[in-house]
Amino acid sequence: MSRRAETLLWVAQRASAAVLGVCVLVHLATIIYAVQGGLTGAEILARTRGNTAWFTFYTVFVIAVAVHAPIGLRAVLAEWFGWRGRARDFALIAFAVVLAGMGLQAVSGVFA
Amino acid sequence: MSATLHVRVWRGGADGAFREYEVPRRESQTVLDVVTHIQRALDPTLAYRFACRVGMCGSCAMTVNGAPRWTCRTHVDTVARDGTLTIGPLRNLPVIRDLVADMREFFDKWARAQGQFKGRRTRADDFERISPESEARRRADAAIECIGCGVCYAACDVVAANPAYLGPAALNRAWTLVNDVRDAAQPERLRAVAGDDASLACHTHMSCTERCPKALSPTAGIAGLKRAVSRAALQGKL
Repeated sequence: MSRRAETLLWVAQRASAAVLGVCVLVHLATIIYAVQGGLTGAEILARTRGNTAWFTFYTVFVIAVAVHAPIGLRAVLAEWFGWRGRARDFALIAFAVVLAGMGLQAVSGVFA
Repeated sequence: MSATLHVRVWRGGADGAFREYEVPRRESQTVLDVVTHIQRALDPTLAYRFACRVGMCGSCAMTVNGAPRWTCRTHVDTVARDGTLTIGPLRNLPVIRDLVADMREFFDKWARAQGQFKGRRTRADDFERISPESEARRRADAAIECIGCGVCYAACDVVAANPAYLGPAALNRAWTLVNDVRDAAQPERLRAVAGDDASLACHTHMSCTERCPKALSPTAGIAGLKRAVSRAALQGKL
């Protein structure tokens, strides 16, 4: 991988971390607020389904996770296990796709 | 203060072992005094490096009770635990013998980080005038006093995890040149300090800054390099 590509990955991880910082706070605040009176699954779905704003928010959240986590793992795999090179990077692209796929499926199930 | 100091000293190469010595305690005794006493009075085969003895040359750095230090500027009083000292060669470098580490890779990385000044002018030209108050010069001056002792490199856990990582000293040197407006090799230097084995690998543990005997902050310089290479990458200049 070129030095520019490695640098852009680093920038993407920092940028996604900034997005995640906001997303995690909003997510935690929302669930703490929402469950105060006790909620059933059906009540949650009644509120979330068809809500475009929350659909967009959690789509951004999932994409930020799918960008952030594999880049971090890339360094962990290199430094802890000595795994470097293209095989590692392709494995991590697959991991990113799985993360994004599972996350977007969940977002679609709850908010679409 | 007990009359003697119990000292464990690394002997041999990478597969060596600690050997134990009893050294008389003295007032204002430094760790270098201890090592010198062992070589002169107890075991003349002990190999170690020193030159100036006053914290100028940086050649006497060793691992003392687990931390890299200049032995000439480390008083036994400040580091001995229960009258015991453990002295080894610097970490993260191959051991040549006893307390002598092989510094070649350390300095090769300075070269790989483009740590050489490349000027535009010849000796026929006049001096370039640089204001010491300019922001870039202040940044360079804050990092310029490094004497290449290797303490930060031995303290760095990223070097331990990734031997290809350029390390704090080489990156600190590159940072002084990135801020030197006279230098003509900026694009090559930014390329050299970008990527997985250079500035971006730093985890900001700050062990280098904690241990630097000159109280420099390689961590701050590396953070500056991260910003510089990120900007260059986004602008397509890397």
